[in-house]
Amino acid sequence: MLDCGMHMGYNDDRRFPDFSYITQNGRLTDFLDCVIISHFHLDHCGALPYFSEMVGYDGPIYMTHPTKAICPILLEDYRKITVDKKGETNFFTSQMIKDCMKKVVAVHLHQTVQVDEELEIKAYYAGHVLGAAMFQIKVGCESVVYTGDYNMTPDRHLGAAWLDKCRPDLLITESTYATTIRDSKRCRERDFLKKVHETVERGGKVLIPVFALGRAQELCILLETFWERMNLKAPIYFSTGLTEKANHYYKLFITWTNQKIRKTFVQRNMFEFKHIKAFDRAFADNPGPMVVFATPGMLHAGQSLQIFRKWAGNEKNMVIMPGYCVQGTVGHKILSGQRKLEMEGRQILEVKMQVEYMSFSAHADAKGIMQLIRQAEPRNVLLVHGEAKKMEFLKQKIEQEFHVSCFMPANGETTTILTNPCIPVDISLGLLKRETAIGAAPDAKRPRLMHGTLLMKDNSFRLVSPEQALKELGLAEHQLRFTCRVHIQDPRKEHETVLRVYNHLKGVLKDYSVQHLPDGSITVESILIQATAHSEDQGTKVLLVSWTYQDEELGSYLTSLLKKGLPQSTP
Amino acid sequence: MATGGRRTIECGLRAEREAAPGPLPPQLYGSSSGLRGGVMAAHLKKRVYEEFTKVVQQQHEDLSTKKLRLTKPSKSAALHVDLCKATSPADALQYLLQFARKPVEVESVEGVVRILLEHYYKENDASVRLKIASLLGLLSKTAGFSPDCIMDDAINTLQNEKSHQVLAQLLDTLLVIGTKLPDNPSVRMRLVEVACKHLTDSSHGVRNKCLQLIGCLGPVEKGVAKEAESQAARDVQKIIGDHFNDQDPRVRTAAIKAMLQLHERGLKLQQAIYSQACKLLADDYEQVRSAAVQLIWVLSQLYPESIVPIPSSNEEIRLVDDAFGKICHMVSDGSWVVRVQAAKLLGSMQQVSSHFLEQTLDKKLMSDLRRKRTAHERAKELYSSGEFSSGRKWGDDAPKEEIDTGAVNLIESGACGAFVHGLEDEMYEVRIAAVEALCMLAQSSPSFAEKCLDFLVDMFNDEIEEVRLQSIHTMRKISNNITLREDQLDTVLAVLEDSSRDIREALHELLCCTNVSTKEGIHLALVELLKNLTKYPTDRESIWKCLKFLGSRHPTLVLPLVPELLSTHPFFDTPEPDMDDPAYIAVLVLIFNAAKSCPTMPALFSDHTFRHYAYLRDSLSHLVPPLRLPGRKLVSSAVSPSITPHEDPSQQFLHQSLERVYNFQHLDPRGIQELLEFTIRDLQRLGELQSELAGMADFTATYLQCQLLLIKALQEKLWNVAAPLYLKQNALASAAAKQILEETYKMEFMYSGVESRQVVIIHHMRLQAKALQLIVTARTTRGVEPLFGMCEKFLQEVDSFQRCFISELPHMQGSFVDKLLDLMPRLVTSKPSEVVKILQTTLRQSTFLHLPLPEQLHRATANIIEPTGESDNPLRFTSGLVVALDVDATLEHVQDPQGTVKVQVLYPDGQAQLIHPKPADFRNPGPGRHRLITQVYLSHTAWTEPCQIEVRLLLAYNSNRSKASTRAPKSSWSESLEALPPPENGIEGTIPFSKPVKVYIMPKPARR
Repeated sequence: MLDCGMHMGYNDDRRFPDFSYITQNGRLTDFLDCVIISHFHLDHCGALPYFSEMVGYDGPIYMTHPTKAICPILLEDYRKITVDKKGETNFFTSQMIKDCMKKVVAVHLHQTVQVDEELEIKAYYAGHVLGAAMFQIKVGCESVVYTGDYNMTPDRHLGAAWLDKCRPDLLITESTYATTIRDSKRCRERDFLKKVHETVERGGKVLIPVFALGRAQELCILLETFWERMNLKAPIYFSTGLTEKANHYYKLFITWTNQKIRKTFVQRNMFEFKHIKAFDRAFADNPGPMVVFATPGMLHAGQSLQIFRKWAGNEKNMVIMPGYCVQGTVGHKILSGQRKLEMEGRQILEVKMQVEYMSFSAHADAKGIMQLIRQAEPRNVLLVHGEAKKMEFLKQKIEQEFHVSCFMPANGETTTILTNPCIPVDISLGLLKRETAIGAAPDAKRPRLMHGTLLMKDNSFRLVSPEQALKELGLAEHQLRFTCRVHIQDPRKEHETVLRVYNHLKGVLKDYSVQHLPDGSITVESILIQATAHSEDQGTKVLLVSWTYQDEELGSYLTSLLKKGLPQSTP
Repeated sequence: MATGGRRTIECGLRAEREAAPGPLPPQLYGSSSGLRGGVMAAHLKKRVYEEFTKVVQQQHEDLSTKKLRLTKPSKSAALHVDLCKATSPADALQYLLQFARKPVEVESVEGVVRILLEHYYKENDASVRLKIASLLGLLSKTAGFSPDCIMDDAINTLQNEKSHQVLAQLLDTLLVIGTKLPDNPSVRMRLVEVACKHLTDSSHGVRNKCLQLIGCLGPVEKGVAKEAESQAARDVQKIIGDHFNDQDPRVRTAAIKAMLQLHERGLKLQQAIYSQACKLLADDYEQVRSAAVQLIWVLSQLYPESIVPIPSSNEEIRLVDDAFGKICHMVSDGSWVVRVQAAKLLGSMQQVSSHFLEQTLDKKLMSDLRRKRTAHERAKELYSSGEFSSGRKWGDDAPKEEIDTGAVNLIESGACGAFVHGLEDEMYEVRIAAVEALCMLAQSSPSFAEKCLDFLVDMFNDEIEEVRLQSIHTMRKISNNITLREDQLDTVLAVLEDSSRDIREALHELLCCTNVSTKEGIHLALVELLKNLTKYPTDRESIWKCLKFLGSRHPTLVLPLVPELLSTHPFFDTPEPDMDDPAYIAVLVLIFNAAKSCPTMPALFSDHTFRHYAYLRDSLSHLVPPLRLPGRKLVSSAVSPSITPHEDPSQQFLHQSLERVYNFQHLDPRGIQELLEFTIRDLQRLGELQSELAGMADFTATYLQCQLLLIKALQEKLWNVAAPLYLKQNALASAAAKQILEETYKMEFMYSGVESRQVVIIHHMRLQAKALQLIVTARTTRGVEPLFGMCEKFLQEVDSFQRCFISELPHMQGSFVDKLLDLMPRLVTSKPSEVVKILQTTLRQSTFLHLPLPEQLHRATANIIEPTGESDNPLRFTSGLVVALDVDATLEHVQDPQGTVKVQVLYPDGQAQLIHPKPADFRNPGPGRHRLITQVYLSHTAWTEPCQIEVRLLLAYNSNRSKASTRAPKSSWSESLEALPPPENGIEGTIPFSKPVKVYIMPKPARR
């Protein structure tokens, strides 16, 4: 099973997947060899404790080390919000999260893990968030690559996704931005930095509402390096709690970050922020410029909303929304240009501060998806995650440009893909050596034809020499011989005709041993040619060509050669 | 006669050397079947050579040359005995390894080879044969040994060899042999044939070596190939091309490399290879792809104008365009090694048509299937519509028109967006390579330069400093072709706040040569530069310089800004700004430089501005140009700007004064001296006034100064007085000699652009000084014994002078050395006292040599910017510990600063410390200029009071590396050189070439 996520939009049973699709009755463990989690976002791992502890699954769960570290924090946070704040029952408990995490096996990048005798998996770097991975799943010589979410353009803290030319039978890729080609990240970054810088120079305060993980770290690094570069002094604050814990892990998993951070961490770990400090509620009232990262990202509740209310009145201040906002949230309202907000208690809040929108997405765009497909060279592509209409466009493009078939199944739909599995066959060494010894030296450019017998016995395939096959099967050998008559117009005597044929063949087939036997026949290797006069017409000679089945190639060549007739004899 | 004298000296020196035990020769061959790389080989060769000379010397210790010869055969004999003794392969291998540690003389190589071969045939163990094969290769590399005599044997060994590794090693040996015999085509042909025979081997190692051999030795000229009777060797290219599809990627790589090798050796590759190479671009292995990219590039340079078909359609395009598209495609390859390679090569494909070139920057954006404009396009549009600074709306970048789904091409096989990808790559190596390529292409195509501007500006915000720096430099290089838009300028200027000094200075350099389109742009630049100035006051000089160029480039744009900049008011008098404010000076520098070509500007100045002009013109003359001010005479009278420089009067003046000096023969000694003194004074003044001629003037002045000193020291009057008065004369003369010596070293090493003609004259002057020294010593010392040595040494110097500058001697008619060489036979045989006498008369009679002036001559100068030496606060530190002092200096016209520039610290107690800065501390901001930014560690025992130390820069020289010895053909006399070091060999010294800066320090006693 690939990923075990949840739907953020629902608060009832629909939020978790319906595992009865896998099995109606009977344990899931019997049906699943393993579960693979690509990264720690809740829509990819949110249902894990429910699945393993409440539905029941005891098999291995594979994820990368950073995912294993950060995933329980997020699950615990999610549980707290649903159970403690909303007061829901029938939800997984902390203990369940712990038990679930005990079943997790951590994997390294490019490490091949043998799940059982047949199944092996391998993780590739995917960008997107810390620890995100793409997985290659292989059985025999058939393989599938599942991308999860990935990013083909590097950002300030993570590198780009990378696959080798693994040529999987199927590539399952996300297609969130199937119809988008994005501009360079640099412009957006520059705009963002410029806006923050200008506001701070004016003495204003900047509020950046963020979600705890992912983009927040990118923005932190961005601001931190900018502050360092430009020698700025204004304080940057980061709201405490979850984010701080996550930052700790970012510090640890340096190998998962981008080139710059990996290169410089010997001097200084970039995640050990010099300019960014923990935020305290009291700081919001401090005079002077400052930049604050606060959760949550859509300004719908919590600290970010509190700070927003404090600062909204001053036109010197600025709020930057770094992501998409759901309709109905304060974030969405101010982005759509509303300047007067009605808060609870009929209070009217006038927004004088500047409102900016800056999108930083960590998904691959259409070009990125195509680039990944080009890198991996799959035989089939399957698109998941995205709107049908957009996927249709991408599907068409993939089919047109790579000439591979592409699928986009709806939920619950089954897709059947034809593969061309290769079947390994054992060849006996004796046969191989004998065959390579025959004829010209091996030429790397041409495939070689070799003769042998394929034995299918006890679920294994073997290629052996015909004699051995006969011996093993206890069969007697039969000879198969082809004989062909070729008519030649030649008024001369028989032996003269034979001589002419002999000379002709000798001239054409230089590499073969052509012999003229005393009994009036010609042999070319093991092929026999005899000439007799036609019973009715003495002017026509009948050439009898006879060859064994093994010499089929040469034999048919000879007949076609003779059928063309003999060259005009020179007087 | 002369040679006889030399020989005795030679022997003496040799004796001296022999006395010192030579160092033991280090292990030469090691255990080295792996030492195959070309660099390694070269290194080894060099070492072998070195070791030989040493070994010879060592054996001189106790053996005569004759004895040494006797020992040589015994060496190979010993090896033979050893190998015969060996009972097991392991034993034999040990013997061989031991043998390999010792070098073998040229004469005995062949014998050793025979013994090795003999053993080779007997040996059954593959590892021993492998070692023997590798030894054969190493031995044939021995300098002076011609390996054609062992070639047949080496080829014979190949016949019966079964082990693939040994085969590969033997082929390697053959390659060595082949490369040692470059002008023997028949041998080469044979070797190539042998290689072709082994191409069918099943081991990749053997095939690899074969291809390498064919690549290195294959026939390059068509004619030779036709003569060759062998079928196989006829078409090397085809043979190599057949292995492009080998099953082993290493062999494929080797095949491509061999092809490239052939190209390098001058064979014109066939165009047919192109399609083969294109297929290799899709190879599974990165090394193959990387090599294939190179091959395609080579072909595109060979056949740029050929026409190739586009596979899927009927169209045809030029080969260079096709190759360009293909290489562009590789910029988004999976392996970063290939990406770097591809990005680098793009830069050198200048024949590509502009249509393709411009595609590389193209990236069609879309969002939900609707066309979107890039931020660059939006910025441009905003700018052209007159509104500056982007609108702050959500959905500002909302997509506009619908896109025809069929028309969108997501993966273009062509050049589309190659640079967009390259510049966004995750590896900074790729980004740097892309920036470099962009730079090269933009330099050759102005329209492309205009287009790539946006992308370059974006790179100014890269996360890695090297990339930022590189893109700033790139922009500077193409700045002739571009004009910055205001929004671009805005982004560029934002980088001025960067905390890295390198970045800021690179940016100042860039601004020096940028074209700005509007007056707002100039204003913006000024404001940002002033901001920069307040934030980093140390940038002062650099900012002023930047504004100087900005002003002189854009006089008309500055003009309307003047009232605002000077804050003048039509009715009110404004307060006079502070003259020492660096920001105000910066503004004035901008305005004055603009005013130079804008005569209406001075009318806008207020009274105090004129005063300030006069002040600045004097104090910062390099930044403030001479102006023609209304109602005032030109402040600078020396050079008037109105005179056109086509007949440069100062240049003329220089030559005239020199002319005058060279003709002084007719004057009396007194007159000569006066003339020289005047001329020197004139030249020095000229150097101060005309910075372009400073080097030339100083150089000649120094030379004249030397001559003057020499004349003074030789004044006949003084030499004729009685003995007691010698003292005074001696003091004067020996001081003069010493000074001349110093000056000659300065002349030789402190100026860049000195040619051999000048070097001769300088050396000649030095020789005269040495003669003078000899005369003085002869007069003061009693007894003859010490004089013998000195005379001999002097004659030796004359001799080496003759050898070094033999080609220049005809130009030196009537000079000191000319006369001396005439008298040489007499000198060698005469007694020292006679020699001295002869020298004295020759010195007096010799003529004054003309100093021909080179085209360009610059004096090496250094200026310490930091420490400024103005601080009154002592630098306190605990005694015994160290304190780091930041030193920042600019160096001009210093060749090889890494090797020559040193920092000297002088403590008040006379203690001097010499510090060698690290090579990385030197930066090279422009041609002929360097910058030293380093840290000097100071330490001292406790002082009771703070005191000043002096820091200065020195230019180290070593007459070994003198221009004379590098210029002279070394081979002709290198042998004697080794036995007999030229007399001045190893004279090392330093020339201070910066003003010392005083730093106040205070080492405190440590507290207990």
